[in-house]
Amino acid sequence: MSVAVREPGAVIESEPIRSRRGIVWETIRRRPSAAIGSAILLVIVLGALLAPWLAPYDLHKQVGPVFGHPSWSHPLGLDDGGIDMVTLLMWGARVSLVVGFAATFVSMVIGGTIGVAAGYFGGKTDTTLMRITDYFLVIPDVPLMIVVAAIWGPSLFHIIIVIGILLWTSTARVIRAQVKSVRERVYVKRARSLGASHTRIVFRHVLPQVAPLLIANTVLTIAVAIFDETALAFLGLGDPSRISLGKMIENAFQRAAISTGAWYAIVPPGLLVAVIILSCSLVGGALEDALNPRLRVAHLSARSFRLRPLVGRGGEAV
Amino acid sequence: MSSNGDKPLLEVDGLVVRYPVTRGLVGAMTRQPKRSVHAVEGVTLTLQGGELLALVGESGCGKTTTAQAVLRLVDPESGSIRFEGRDITRLGTRELRPLRRQMQLVYQDPYESLDPRLRVRATVEEPLLIHGLGGSKTERAERVRQALIKAELSPPELFLDRYPHELSGGQRQRVAIAAGLVLDPRLLVADEPVSMLDVSVRAGVLGLLDGLRREGLGVLMITHDLSTAARFADRIAVMYLGRIVEEGPAREIVDNPQHPYTRALLSVVPRRDPRDRLRPQILRGETPDAVHIPAGCRFHPRCPIAIEDCKRIDPKLERPAAGRTPTHRAACIRV
Amino acid sequence: MSLLEIQDLHVWFDLEHGGELHAVQGVSLSVDPGERLGLVGESGCGKTTTALAAMGLLPPNASAAGRIMLDGEDILAGGEETIRPHRWVDLAIVFQGAMNALNPVRTVGSQIVEAIELHGRAKGPAARTQTGELLESVGIPAKRAERFPHELSGGMRQRAAIAMALSCNPKVLIADEPTTALDVMVQAQILELLDALCRDFGLALILVTHDLPVVAQLCDLGAVMYAGEIVERATVDALYHSPGHPYTRLLFAATPDLGSNGEVVSIPGAPPRLDHELRGCPFQPRCDRAFGPCTTIHPLLKSIGAGHAAACHLNDLPAIAAP
Repeated sequence: MSVAVREPGAVIESEPIRSRRGIVWETIRRRPSAAIGSAILLVIVLGALLAPWLAPYDLHKQVGPVFGHPSWSHPLGLDDGGIDMVTLLMWGARVSLVVGFAATFVSMVIGGTIGVAAGYFGGKTDTTLMRITDYFLVIPDVPLMIVVAAIWGPSLFHIIIVIGILLWTSTARVIRAQVKSVRERVYVKRARSLGASHTRIVFRHVLPQVAPLLIANTVLTIAVAIFDETALAFLGLGDPSRISLGKMIENAFQRAAISTGAWYAIVPPGLLVAVIILSCSLVGGALEDALNPRLRVAHLSARSFRLRPLVGRGGEAV
Repeated sequence: MSSNGDKPLLEVDGLVVRYPVTRGLVGAMTRQPKRSVHAVEGVTLTLQGGELLALVGESGCGKTTTAQAVLRLVDPESGSIRFEGRDITRLGTRELRPLRRQMQLVYQDPYESLDPRLRVRATVEEPLLIHGLGGSKTERAERVRQALIKAELSPPELFLDRYPHELSGGQRQRVAIAAGLVLDPRLLVADEPVSMLDVSVRAGVLGLLDGLRREGLGVLMITHDLSTAARFADRIAVMYLGRIVEEGPAREIVDNPQHPYTRALLSVVPRRDPRDRLRPQILRGETPDAVHIPAGCRFHPRCPIAIEDCKRIDPKLERPAAGRTPTHRAACIRV
Repeated sequence: MSLLEIQDLHVWFDLEHGGELHAVQGVSLSVDPGERLGLVGESGCGKTTTALAAMGLLPPNASAAGRIMLDGEDILAGGEETIRPHRWVDLAIVFQGAMNALNPVRTVGSQIVEAIELHGRAKGPAARTQTGELLESVGIPAKRAERFPHELSGGMRQRAAIAMALSCNPKVLIADEPTTALDVMVQAQILELLDALCRDFGLALILVTHDLPVVAQLCDLGAVMYAGEIVERATVDALYHSPGHPYTRLLFAATPDLGSNGEVVSIPGAPPRLDHELRGCPFQPRCDRAFGPCTTIHPLLKSIGAGHAAACHLNDLPAIAAP
């Protein structure tokens, strides 16, 4: 096609010049869902981080009867070992979050590298990498994790690796798509024609464009990773020497908390996991909406423009 | 006219560039013949330093591909490209690297050709870093300043720390030009340098290119806008379906076009003056795609003065009978 | 009473960080059947917004004031409710880049049939016949109706977009940059088509473009927009030969022309931002003839001759005997 004269001014004048920098921060600030999600996450992470100092009781000391009822001194009661639930929750969250973040880190590194390589080099590299991704994609996560964890043995390290190895696929796909589109941008082609090396282009031009979406994807992956860890722990495949939120649920379940009526041993950890996942989804979802141009649906809105009263001659708005 | 008399800056001879058309699985299985897009089919041109040559034509005529071939961004199938006397047609990436400094490309889209995350300073400095030029940081900074001044972004301090989105289209294009000038090139290829800019700023950017030309830079400008070419170019080469069908001094081409395609094109370009009523010679249909090139003269199916011979003879560029300057050439058997 | 009269149209856009962009500031223009009006201006001047407002196609973050009189009835008065019955039926638009906005998975013919059926003009076989006739009238052989958009060339797709706009026989056609992305020869064909449509069917045309020569060749009247306002309105002849506003004059001077080899000059500076109220004349910072009142008093669009209006203080100065 011949030349297209865009009317960029028309669009730019009607939208404020959008700074590409700090879009993550901007989104969190301006979208209520992201703000709420971030706030909740912050509280939980801080609570987990400061568990050694903030936890009201000792983690290993029995302070009352098995499944002791909630009371003023123990707002959430005691677990199957007579240990304060609030303390357990803080320490448990610690482990769950550690596994979640670590597994996500593993998946981000693998997925990001494969996504960038596939999107940037294209051709056979792309096809090969995507086929590998597809194979991993169709593997059902939880059954495989069960099998691997059962074979490999339950340790925190193994759990992290297993979860990470199965989660990278969605990251790879999202990053690949983004890299492919950035690669076609004129300024990247310009850098190539100047003779810039691939390394330079990837690190200087491609990654910065891809980073925000990578962050969004990462946050969403954390949610999945924590869920996976909880599931594994609940199925008894978690690290027996650590208490994670999933382990807490499993312990309570095994020790017949339900029939004893000790809902406070099961519900709080489950709820906490749900809240963490929800918060991550809120933040990650808001970031994705803000960043992924394909998700823009404002133009499909059913609302119409508004009318104003007539303006006097010479134009000041009423 | 041209300045450095003796050696031309750029010599292109018989350039042919073709792109294969993928047949797809079905095509391969049914043994459809392999076809290619004949983007450039034998283009010969020269450019001196200090000269602005406008390569004019409609979409699909091969002007952009020619420019890309000259810069060795695509590989020619045959023909030769000589830059400052040296044959660069078959050079590999490594040997081309030092040459890339001498030939720079300015893109059409000023809104896309700058990395939105880099400040002007970084964008203009990058070519120096890529080629390892400019010694210390201060030396590079000075070269960046000089390049901005040359691109008429003065005072440079006002622009160094800006991001592209803070600049207007015209300013962005000047930044892109500065990034090209910072390496002190001999040849500048400008692909539709002003078509995406507002009319009120085009003359400024074109004037800049004109000024650079006068300082000795060779400029190859790709454009579809004949009015711009007429005003700013020294010479014009009109392309159709991969070939140059007419070339010569700009004024001569505009005032005395010989090839029927050039004549038709010039007749339909709207004029500013409403009283300047055109007698447009609107050709029917559209340019055929470059996969199926007509036999004989490639223009004959749409030519208003085609005769029987035109279906067989593929005309060469020759001096037309009514040409007024020695360098005016047209590829038509009837002129 | 003109066929279409836009009176004192204002459009504001809500900005993300609060505040508003006053994109269209009191625009008035009119067209009669068979008349071609060129709405000319550069990026950001508000011409496309004006066109969209006339069709009632503004986005949800926009608000509008003013009157749009179609055959004497104010169709803007009730917003979407009053405009919808007239959209496509009386007023039609060919959007900027329409040729690239055709549905790629449906044939060209089916998209036109859909438009016809949606507006209740005809159904089934009758709609298909009408489609064939419509395509022929824009220069597309009727059998191409079965083609998909990607099988057609750019010029053909633009004709198809025009055909779609004309499917319900509107009285007014607004064309936003209809030839900008096309080669000059195809542009000539499309302009010829628009010319014929106006002549033969009495269609009123509002051509929105930045390309002055196109307006000079195709239109009878021209309105020049700058910073959301119309700064001059006249016949195209008067705009070129006796411009009443420096911007008009400078815009012509910045346009290279095959007919002359004179100097082509840019206009320094850039248009003002429209997110805050401006004092004085919006063009003053870039004007080569600005004087006293230009910085403080906003010039109003006033008549300076028969059918010629301009918004410039220079026109208020008593005529000085020319040497």
